[in-house]
Amino acid sequence: MSKRGWLAINSILVLICLLGLWQTVIWLNRLPAYILPGPLAVARVLSARYPVLLRSLWITAEEAATGLAASVIVGIAVAMLFAQWRWLRQTLYPYTILLQTVPIVAIAPLIINWAGAGIFAVTIVTFIICLAPIIANTTQGLISVDENLIHLFVMHKASPAQILFKLRLPNAMPNLFTGIRISAGISVIGGITGELFAGSTRVGEGGLGYAMIYANNQMETSYLFALVLAAAVLGFSFFFLVMFFEWLALHHWHESKRAQIAE
Amino acid sequence: MVSEAAGSVPEIALASVGKRYRNATVALDGISLRVERGEFVTFLGPSGCGKSTLLKIVSGLSPASEGQVRVNGMTPENARDLLSFIFQDATLLPWRTVEANVGLGLELDHTARALRNERVSRMLELVGLGHVANRYPRELSGGMKMRVSIARALVSRPRILLMDEPFAALDEMTRDRLNEELLRLYAEQRWTVLFVTHSVAEAVFLSTRIVVLAAHPGRVAHEIPVSLPWPRTAETRESLAFEEAVTHASRLLRGVFHA
Repeated sequence: MSKRGWLAINSILVLICLLGLWQTVIWLNRLPAYILPGPLAVARVLSARYPVLLRSLWITAEEAATGLAASVIVGIAVAMLFAQWRWLRQTLYPYTILLQTVPIVAIAPLIINWAGAGIFAVTIVTFIICLAPIIANTTQGLISVDENLIHLFVMHKASPAQILFKLRLPNAMPNLFTGIRISAGISVIGGITGELFAGSTRVGEGGLGYAMIYANNQMETSYLFALVLAAAVLGFSFFFLVMFFEWLALHHWHESKRAQIAE
Repeated sequence: MVSEAAGSVPEIALASVGKRYRNATVALDGISLRVERGEFVTFLGPSGCGKSTLLKIVSGLSPASEGQVRVNGMTPENARDLLSFIFQDATLLPWRTVEANVGLGLELDHTARALRNERVSRMLELVGLGHVANRYPRELSGGMKMRVSIARALVSRPRILLMDEPFAALDEMTRDRLNEELLRLYAEQRWTVLFVTHSVAEAVFLSTRIVVLAAHPGRVAHEIPVSLPWPRTAETRESLAFEEAVTHASRLLRGVFHA
């Protein structure tokens, strides 16, 4: 069997052991489910309430994906402007860092104040939290081009647009994907954080964050665990989806493809 | 448009060219040089003698601080169509196949696709790369990459080649073979070449004239015409005349080092 196959089997064995240990601790201590539900309790609530849970998951997935997509488009555009004009980059770069350091929980209520509660506000929260990694990584890739390659293009009297689209942008692809990978993970966090504040516009209809607040208030701890699990699965799926696209785009030519995924 | 001017206008003319950097370092001082069409001129010298800077000046990538540079009577910027630059590293675009790398210049010039493909595939055959046309640079050896780089420079049919230590990173056998291939192409296409190297043997093998530069500041120390017979092949390296020429050039170079 391949090395990768063994690793997968090992991971699954570890998971089974952990789950077994967890369930044993619950049984031995006779812990009630509202304090700490065991894996079996979580599995039961999952099978009973998966239609509602899937609806919540879908809402969060939509918000996170839309916010992420918007941040990729805007982030690339901003990075291209930054790469084209050094003064612009130097003037505005500190603000991109600010974007990253301001705690999203602090500004989420403000955004909801302005945009109104609901999916749109949550998408904006996700967009904001995803934007900085895209800008920072893409800009880095656009400006770190081998000087001789620039010389080569200059010798061929290439236009600024040709240098941007045929040299800088392809050169920035690995960095862009690093940025998207980082943002994909946090987009789900952004969506859930937004939902904690924005809730839902209709009673009983909301994303994972909304459902978490609801479950917490109702002391439905088993369902809360199921929601956490769903959020983790969603984050993972985003991350691996991006990795897949990254592989599609780069595996032909990028030398450090492997090292990059490992980081 | 070329032949009638060839007699009077030198292909490349440098008159008292100097290069100073902002921190007052003098990289080149008072370089005067006249290169006729079809010459193969090699710059040889210790590091810091400004060999590479000289090529950058002739290509217009880095302007001279003093003096005058003319390429076929034009400023370097206006002569870009005549020039091709070959860098020390192959500087290929890793995301493009060999074919697409070689076609880059034609693509930037908006040459029609059909014509581009035809010229690229003919060039790939000429330099023996036909079988790797669809490979990516990372799949190629150092020598192959450099061959792609040369093909990319030649496909735009330059009159003048500027080569900045193109074979420095290669092992000696690969370097020798590429030297021979370069001369074969030179015999067919008759470009004017300015070539930079650290290797005396390479300089002697390739050149019609060697210009030995001294460092700090970079200046012309000696000019050595190389009169080895053509065509030069692998056997040329084994000849007595070759050895004598290498010895002579080495001695002059050593004098520059100790100066």
